[in-house]
Amino acid sequence: MTSAVSLHDVRKDFGSLTALSDVTLEIEDNEFFTLLGPSGCGKTTLLRMIAGFEGATAGTIRLFGDEIEHLPPNKRPVNTVFQNYAIFPHMNVAENIGFSLRMLGWTKLEIQTRVDEMVEMVKLGALVDRKPSQISGGQQQRVALARAMAPRPKVLLLDEPLSALDLKLRQEMRTELKRLQRDTGITFIFVTHDQEEALSMSDRIAVMSDGKVQQIGTPFEIYEHPNNRFIADFIGETNMLPSIIDTVEGFNLVCQLEGGQTLDALANCDNIPGATGVLSLRPERLSITKTEPTGKILKGELGDRVYLGTDTQFIVKLSAELNLKVRMQNSFFQGANYKTGDTVFVTIADGAARFLVD
Amino acid sequence: MDRTFDIKHYRGFFSITCLCLVILYGPLIIVMIYSFNDSVSITNWGGISLRWYVEIFTGLESAKFKAAAWNSFSIAIMAAIVSTVIATAAAIGMIRGGNFKGKFASFALISLPIMVPEIVTAVATLIFFSTIGFKLGTLSILVAHTVFCIPFAYLPISARLQGIDASYEEAAQDLFANRWKTFRYVLMPIMWPGIVAGFLLAFIISLDDFIITNFIKGAGIETLPTAIFGSVKQGIKPNIMALSTLLLLFSIALVTLSYFIGKRGEANQNTQQ
Repeated sequence: MTSAVSLHDVRKDFGSLTALSDVTLEIEDNEFFTLLGPSGCGKTTLLRMIAGFEGATAGTIRLFGDEIEHLPPNKRPVNTVFQNYAIFPHMNVAENIGFSLRMLGWTKLEIQTRVDEMVEMVKLGALVDRKPSQISGGQQQRVALARAMAPRPKVLLLDEPLSALDLKLRQEMRTELKRLQRDTGITFIFVTHDQEEALSMSDRIAVMSDGKVQQIGTPFEIYEHPNNRFIADFIGETNMLPSIIDTVEGFNLVCQLEGGQTLDALANCDNIPGATGVLSLRPERLSITKTEPTGKILKGELGDRVYLGTDTQFIVKLSAELNLKVRMQNSFFQGANYKTGDTVFVTIADGAARFLVD
Repeated sequence: MDRTFDIKHYRGFFSITCLCLVILYGPLIIVMIYSFNDSVSITNWGGISLRWYVEIFTGLESAKFKAAAWNSFSIAIMAAIVSTVIATAAAIGMIRGGNFKGKFASFALISLPIMVPEIVTAVATLIFFSTIGFKLGTLSILVAHTVFCIPFAYLPISARLQGIDASYEEAAQDLFANRWKTFRYVLMPIMWPGIVAGFLLAFIISLDDFIITNFIKGAGIETLPTAIFGSVKQGIKPNIMALSTLLLLFSIALVTLSYFIGKRGEANQNTQQ
């Protein structure tokens, strides 16, 4: 089966500036694929190249096997939901949604039928006669979605579509977008800098930085098995502990931390003893106790404590320089029993310690 | 609000404001009032009457004024249409054309005519027309007006276009509109208030022009400004005041119209960005 979108060695230069390089991606049909990265990483440029607003400096872009590099945006069977929605201000909701169909030369009746269908799908009901200035931001977002999906594109490109909405609406729209994608079977390529958005909606994520794809994987893989320090740091919260490899057995390592304590860790590439790197430990994969448990542990002194409602975050001082963030869920845990200065033991969940080379 | 910085509290603010207003609008108001004067004198008040308005349309000079008005309006409309079309194309090229070579030079060339003293343009145009043997007449006026109206039409159109997010055009293309349809169905309707404002400005500038027209109109053809000037040379009669009042009211109506069109456009534009 051919991929919905296939990018091969794509490169984009703006003058002497390289926005993208070595981008090779296969995006499957029916997939919710996310391009995730900090601003300036090239994710929007990549999306604009697929849409046809930017040409590639080198490399090939294929859509269901066909090269599309020479096609202008209006000849590509992909549609875009723009970050600022770009809803035509002089047209009402129905005219906006039906615009592409009018351009394709559909009859009035056909357009009417499809617009009604789209209005139903995104639940815009009574608003069809309104002008964009008369509806809320969340409703404009739905219009933009309905407009882009009206011609039933094979691939829908979404450029940070949720960033202008407030938190509550954003969370609602995540579920909604996921539902739309599942119901329509359209391939979604979603651009965001919000890791939570990426993790909660995507089938697969490509994490980008500095114009390069750093890692491609499912949300689970990206979060649990980050390829490098950038990803471990960018996705979620993590402890980065400088360490030296003591012993190597395949991908299982024993690492030594500053201050002399040792810890078992997993690596994602071949390593030799004596190599330096960091250990990535997710705060929620750690727990603290006052009595010494068996298994992988670290010992330290309790520092500051931050109450976060659902969780409590502790700082554990492993040595003078080395602090560890530990996050405990408040469901059964009695955080109040733990006082600053107490000696505590940190238990590490199996496979939670990841060694990343420098 | 801090009252100390209220502009009303600066000494002399009120008197200077009044002085400016009187100098600016006093003559206009006097002309308007005296256009209803029943007397033949332009300084003595002889009661209210509309005789000078009737005089414009039926009096001795009425034929001359009618011809001049026809020339003025037809030239202004045509010059405004053509210059607006050219200015719109120029604005799109300048603002949406990316960074092309000579962009700054193009901008300077478009804007310069506003700064060139009109008398210089007038003399230069006259010399140019006679050099190439272009017969002076309605057509020469039209050509000259079209050309010097372009920068005036360009200003509001380019200002409007600059405020329009390029993503509207991208969205249109993304939704299968080709370049022409993108312009026709998306860009032009959104920039329409700017185009109308540009058209009206060009129209007024053309209607109002005296210096250039006077140089290149050739014999026997008058526009309203040159016709009025011609009449005034033989002494100011109250009918000139009536004619001026009509022109003034017409201009006010146009400006008001363009203001409201602009306002409506803004309301449309101010969808959430």
